[in-house]
Amino acid sequence: MTKYILFALIVVSSNYSFAQQVDSTLLKQTPVDSVKERAMNMDAVYNRPFLQLGKSPVSLGGYIEANYEYIGEDGITEGHSFRIPRMTLFVASSIHRKIKFLSEIELEEGGKEIAIEFAALDINIHPLLNLRGGVVMNTSGAFNQNHDGPKWEFVDRPVAMTEMLPATWSNVGFGLYGKQFKNEWAFGYEVYLTNGFDNSIINNDENKTFLPASKTNAERFEESSNGEPLLTGKIAIKNDKIGEIGLSYMGGIYNTHQEDGLMLDTKRRLDVFTIDFNTTLPKLNTYIVGEWAWISLDIPFTFTQQYGDRQRGGFMDIVQPVLKREILGFENVTVNIACRLEYVDWNVGRFRETDDNMGEHLWAIVPAVSLRPSPQTVLRLNYRFMQQTDILGNPPVTTAGIQLALSSYF
Amino acid sequence: MKINPIISLAIVFILGVNTISCENIIPEAPADEDVLDGAIEGLSTAGQARFLSGDEAFGEIFFSGNGLGPLFVANSCGSCHVGDGKGHPFTTLTRFGQTRANVSPNLEIGGPQLQNRAIPGYTPETIPKGVPFMKFTPPAVTGLGLLAALTDRQILDNADPNDINDDGISGVANYITPPDYFIPRWYHQCVNGKYIGRFGKKAATIDLLQQTVGAYNQDMGITTTFEPVDQASRLTIDPEVTDQTVRDVIFYLRTLKARIQRSTDNARVLTGKQIFSDINCSSCHRPEWTTPLSDIPALSNKTFYPYTDLLLHDMGSGLDDGATEGSAETYEWKTPALWGLGLSPDAQGGEFYLMHDGRARSIEEAILIHGGEAQDSREAFQNLDVYEKEAILKFLESL
Repeated sequence: MTKYILFALIVVSSNYSFAQQVDSTLLKQTPVDSVKERAMNMDAVYNRPFLQLGKSPVSLGGYIEANYEYIGEDGITEGHSFRIPRMTLFVASSIHRKIKFLSEIELEEGGKEIAIEFAALDINIHPLLNLRGGVVMNTSGAFNQNHDGPKWEFVDRPVAMTEMLPATWSNVGFGLYGKQFKNEWAFGYEVYLTNGFDNSIINNDENKTFLPASKTNAERFEESSNGEPLLTGKIAIKNDKIGEIGLSYMGGIYNTHQEDGLMLDTKRRLDVFTIDFNTTLPKLNTYIVGEWAWISLDIPFTFTQQYGDRQRGGFMDIVQPVLKREILGFENVTVNIACRLEYVDWNVGRFRETDDNMGEHLWAIVPAVSLRPSPQTVLRLNYRFMQQTDILGNPPVTTAGIQLALSSYF
Repeated sequence: MKINPIISLAIVFILGVNTISCENIIPEAPADEDVLDGAIEGLSTAGQARFLSGDEAFGEIFFSGNGLGPLFVANSCGSCHVGDGKGHPFTTLTRFGQTRANVSPNLEIGGPQLQNRAIPGYTPETIPKGVPFMKFTPPAVTGLGLLAALTDRQILDNADPNDINDDGISGVANYITPPDYFIPRWYHQCVNGKYIGRFGKKAATIDLLQQTVGAYNQDMGITTTFEPVDQASRLTIDPEVTDQTVRDVIFYLRTLKARIQRSTDNARVLTGKQIFSDINCSSCHRPEWTTPLSDIPALSNKTFYPYTDLLLHDMGSGLDDGATEGSAETYEWKTPALWGLGLSPDAQGGEFYLMHDGRARSIEEAILIHGGEAQDSREAFQNLDVYEKEAILKFLESL
């Protein structure tokens, strides 16, 4: 299968045109037009550069990331390390002017893991009413929707949005989405019912409540772990001059409470609320994007408190373009300086034994320089400084080091 | 201002390369004396590789998918012994069922240890009404290999069960009936089929194998070929960790470095050390030991300073919990090692939880709880002036 995809890429690369410039609501330094200005985070799945062969209804695309890092933890380093965290392939096709299909397949760590992140059919009934079915991305926050590596100035994805919330969390299901524009305002919504989480979120070797643990359960593409649908919904509002803010909810019963008609446990709920925003400061052209999430779930009182019943965390990126000009034959090279702030509290609450606060929190600061020779390609240099405490709140483990990365659509 | 693009790129590149080549970007390692973990000096390269395997096994997180429980107290060795240090009330162990010395631990009612947690769908144990119990704060595991290398003869040399020297301090060994899998070594001495226990708050375990497989089984609900009985069903089940894993963990425990004392040249610390000896604390908290030959060369002929005699002492009615293990009486406790005492808060969430059950919230409070054979030393401490008290506390914090 892969060789056919590669062959198709080679063929189209001799005669391609970008169906759309990368817009991303994130990359303000890229040229934008009026259509893209109206794009919201929910459009990110289609808002990517595709390669199209002539008038063929099929478009191909993808992106690749390659990293170098030299990172140490409390004086111990594994040395220099190179890796390809992911290569992602997109295939989109217009079946009808009102029916389209898109799939996104990610090969992680050089093919060690292959995951279908998105494979859905969209049927447009009305701008405010579109039906989507297949493997859909559960829209918990904006990062999950708008996660393509080349859109970001940082090598690592935000911890809160990838490890506290599951990154690119997708499931089989159906839903509706739509958008409405009025003057400089845009309103969008998405709502899906899908298969959901399972017991592994509190039963894993991460030693903490870990929603991404359910991603290893490939059976969720075949059947629900408990017969209870996961409800995911998001509303977002955007003003062309002010920015976009979104509110997301994801929740449902997560545990396998019955099987073959036998009661195994009581039904236990999981609820996730997320708020996200992005804006560009006028005149300075400073781009600011952030997201914060709260997780609460029902955990048996008699289980260990190591697995917390509440988590919270988020990040904020500040990106300042400092140079935009022709360099070495590249037109409109953009150089940004940026900084990311991150925080995650993996276990919100107090010990029953002592009434002291539980630790298990993490914070990080990541100053960065990025260089974009084209809007679709970014070279990034990050310095990451992070501290994380254990559940008892003992002296933190400090992690720090530099990361260099190349990320590009192709 | 016009910026030359080539210069800009060069600056970014040079800054990047400079950063890469600069070791200063890596956070500094804490000083050896400020942490408990790490291997003993002189370990061979093969030994270091095995130490790493043991370290990994010690940190393994258990969940129902790899054998946790279904009844348990903690889900990894490392959760009780964070950074190889003392435990926190979060993972305090509760032993119950044995009210007198040399009686069975009442397995039929859930003893010898309470599993107060359970995986979802299961109900944890509770202590049957009226059954006595005692709580144990997990100890530090630093330097256990040195203590394990000592001979029974060395331990008995300090025993004075009948207080022949009339100093008010006896010191008795806890003789334990060994489990079936116990293999006596040249340094063990058998007395009526029993052997001297040297690990645990009551010295109820003879060697690190018994201690380790007991902790797997009683603390985490993990069965081994040595302790194959599941604590929930009370039935024998397949081992959930391999013998190799058990051996690696034991090797890790044997080769953890001994705590390095801090501030050894500090005048107040030296004064405190002298007072510690003068008021007879060192009769039980024996400072110095030397190992005999060991199968691990790095453990052979080493002089070390744990501040314990590994013997049981009457600690008075205030510390009589009404429950016991082995031949120890309910009021008898093994002298705990004091090495690593000053680093306890770094493993206990910034607080002190001292004595066998963590009831003492400071070193001074721990001293003042001492009774029984330690009564005279406690009173001597109370009679010290402020400077002397501070000196002895500073000395203890340096350990």
